[in-house]
Amino acid sequence: MASMANVLGLIFANMHEQTLPELTKARAMASVPFGSKYRLIDFPLSGMVNSGITQVGIITKQNYYSLMNHLGMGSEWDLARKTGGLHILPPYGRENAGMYRGRLEALAGAGEFIHESNAEYVVMTDSNVIANMDLKPIVDFHEKNEADITCVYGKVVYDTERAQLQTILCVNESGEVYDVLARPAISGEMNAALNVYVMKRKFLEDIIRESECRSLYSFETDILQHKLHDFKIMGYKYEKYFEIIDSMKSYYKATMDMKNRDISREVFSLDTPIYTKVRDVAPAKYGIDCSVKSSLVADGCIIDGTVENSVLFRGVKVGKGAVVKDSIVMQGAVIEEKASFINAVADKDVTITKNRTITGSADFPVYISKGGVV
Amino acid sequence: MNHIKKECVAMLLAGGQGSRLYALTQDMAKPAVPYGGKYRIIDFPLSNCVNSGIDTVGVLTQYQPMVLNEYIGNGQPWGLDRAHGGVHVLPPYETANGKSWYSGTANAIYQNIGFIDRYSPEYVVILSGDHIYKMDYSKMVDFHKEKNADATIAVLEVPWEEAPRFGIMTADENGMITEFAEKPKEPKSNLASMGIYVFSWQKLRAYLIENENDEGATKDFGKNIIPAMLNNKEKMVAYHFDGYWKDVGTIDSLWEANMDVLDPKVPLDLLDDSWKIYSRNPVMPPHYAGPQSRIENSMIAEGCEINGMIDFSVLFAGVTVEEGAIVRDSIIMPNSVIKKGAVIEYAIVGEDCVIGEGAHIGERPELIEDKSQWGVAVIGHHVSVSDKAVAPPKAMISQDI
Repeated sequence: MASMANVLGLIFANMHEQTLPELTKARAMASVPFGSKYRLIDFPLSGMVNSGITQVGIITKQNYYSLMNHLGMGSEWDLARKTGGLHILPPYGRENAGMYRGRLEALAGAGEFIHESNAEYVVMTDSNVIANMDLKPIVDFHEKNEADITCVYGKVVYDTERAQLQTILCVNESGEVYDVLARPAISGEMNAALNVYVMKRKFLEDIIRESECRSLYSFETDILQHKLHDFKIMGYKYEKYFEIIDSMKSYYKATMDMKNRDISREVFSLDTPIYTKVRDVAPAKYGIDCSVKSSLVADGCIIDGTVENSVLFRGVKVGKGAVVKDSIVMQGAVIEEKASFINAVADKDVTITKNRTITGSADFPVYISKGGVV
Repeated sequence: MNHIKKECVAMLLAGGQGSRLYALTQDMAKPAVPYGGKYRIIDFPLSNCVNSGIDTVGVLTQYQPMVLNEYIGNGQPWGLDRAHGGVHVLPPYETANGKSWYSGTANAIYQNIGFIDRYSPEYVVILSGDHIYKMDYSKMVDFHKEKNADATIAVLEVPWEEAPRFGIMTADENGMITEFAEKPKEPKSNLASMGIYVFSWQKLRAYLIENENDEGATKDFGKNIIPAMLNNKEKMVAYHFDGYWKDVGTIDSLWEANMDVLDPKVPLDLLDDSWKIYSRNPVMPPHYAGPQSRIENSMIAEGCEINGMIDFSVLFAGVTVEEGAIVRDSIIMPNSVIKKGAVIEYAIVGEDCVIGEGAHIGERPELIEDKSQWGVAVIGHHVSVSDKAVAPPKAMISQDI
């Protein structure tokens, strides 16, 4: 059994941004707001901490100011530590480094950090999956199977459009991965990679070094696909709740999932909580004649109107006579008196002015960008 | 260890029992009592210190300190986890001459002269953990310096009829305090002491030692130190404060002060970003208002799950209110569960309580003929109330019923 104190966590902050262009225009994928008070990175990062990992590197590429602001010193995740703890790894961490093209180049940029961690294992994840994942059984699985690489996957039923955004793993009965399909045009039940990988640190360092001198940069193409027969690659099936965020539609669906009490109790388990930055705002205030049903509401909201089946982030104001329905309203947004906001997503600090009506559909929620005044 | 000099050190008296809060302070000191949906009383003086630029705070504990100690921790939630200064919990201790509890407010500071001396401060601010208010202590220290005072006492004008409940200061036209009377039957002024003092440290230090050597003295600021300084004609000035300030030392005042957060006319803005009140935030998801919920005129913290009716109430983090339950004009402290059909009116329910199905806690005043029988009902922390049980108005329940 591996000790999780010997595991280094690595989180890629900027992967998959092209699937969510609206929300990642001014921020990294990892700092996309989610579920009323969180950022996407809170899920993999809290999962690592709850699994006993005490040193984590965050690999960034661009737009990482909001992420750094969110993470601070890592104290909310109990990662402000004398040894180990949280490290943000910017792309220009060494000479001749720069914009990396893929995971392998990014890892090369973080080579010194990885080496000095002295960890036995490395768990690397992206920031686009909502789950409360215990990594300990996955590391144990990796160790037990003496695998070179363990990939975590989940069973999904996707149409071709959605399958073409994913990496699909073909896994045999003994758990070995025998084929890796990148963005295939298939539909039906399939094994979607959750972009969580376990390797021995020394193994990872070897493939980084070798890839670098061969100018290889894609972990998925150059390692998982091309080295499929050279390495022992295992698939670990994750059976609890997860949702891959790969479009505005799936972002909306996953957000609405958090209102489901069973899912919420699992994802926000009190035993393995999801940590996030503390904002020190007062609890939400409900006014006279307001009505709020089937909704999630964060601290600092002031509600004088009607809210139904929606998710309100911190400090949202809903004016008298205003209606918010089937919508996501991010931090600091204001829905003024008698305005309607239905099937829509308001980014941070949006204002929907008096009497205005914004209506989208569940399939295609309207999105109002950060700071917008409508 | 070499200590960096601090101009100002704050000492927060947090050892009091708060006996008039009965069941609510049976297992925690008064400053640890929850307030305002996510705070504990001590968050107010601590946040005021930080916002006033005072980064060195001694918290004097004695009565039931566990909850308070754990809550303060390393001071990180208030930004008081500092390499130099920061927050320090100071319990009474044993010395070569024996052990001694803090025998009064002045004695508590006396026993910590060593702590204060390490920072060689010019001024010491003495605070208590009994009040809800926002105040910039740095302005009061500036006032103290400007007046070249030995002691500055914050005062608040109170209605004349309430003056006999307070320590009353009489001041001349220059703001110099001429007289001090503790709870006078016939007050000569309506300037009440807020229990906030700024002292020039060397002056206070001398008085503390003198008071300690006086065996008959009660070792109390109000009874000994202030009168002694007045007698010796030290320069003592009144610092007028006119913001929101509320003592939360009784069940009624604690209930009222919580209701004040719901009243837009009350000048205590907890959402004001320019003077934040910090607290140790629970790690919980946002609250969920279910399909059956009806919530109005209330404050609801994170982690709550509401399927009942809530009106004019304050719910702390992690409270569950099941279907058909009614909570009106009440305060529900963290993690309590109100089961189906229970009714809570004009009540304070402590932390981690379970109120059984169909139970009835408290009563509306209009339904009670003999008003002397009416009052806020209190369920102490960790109490289970069985299904259909009744706790009448004014009840003080500290064991399962």
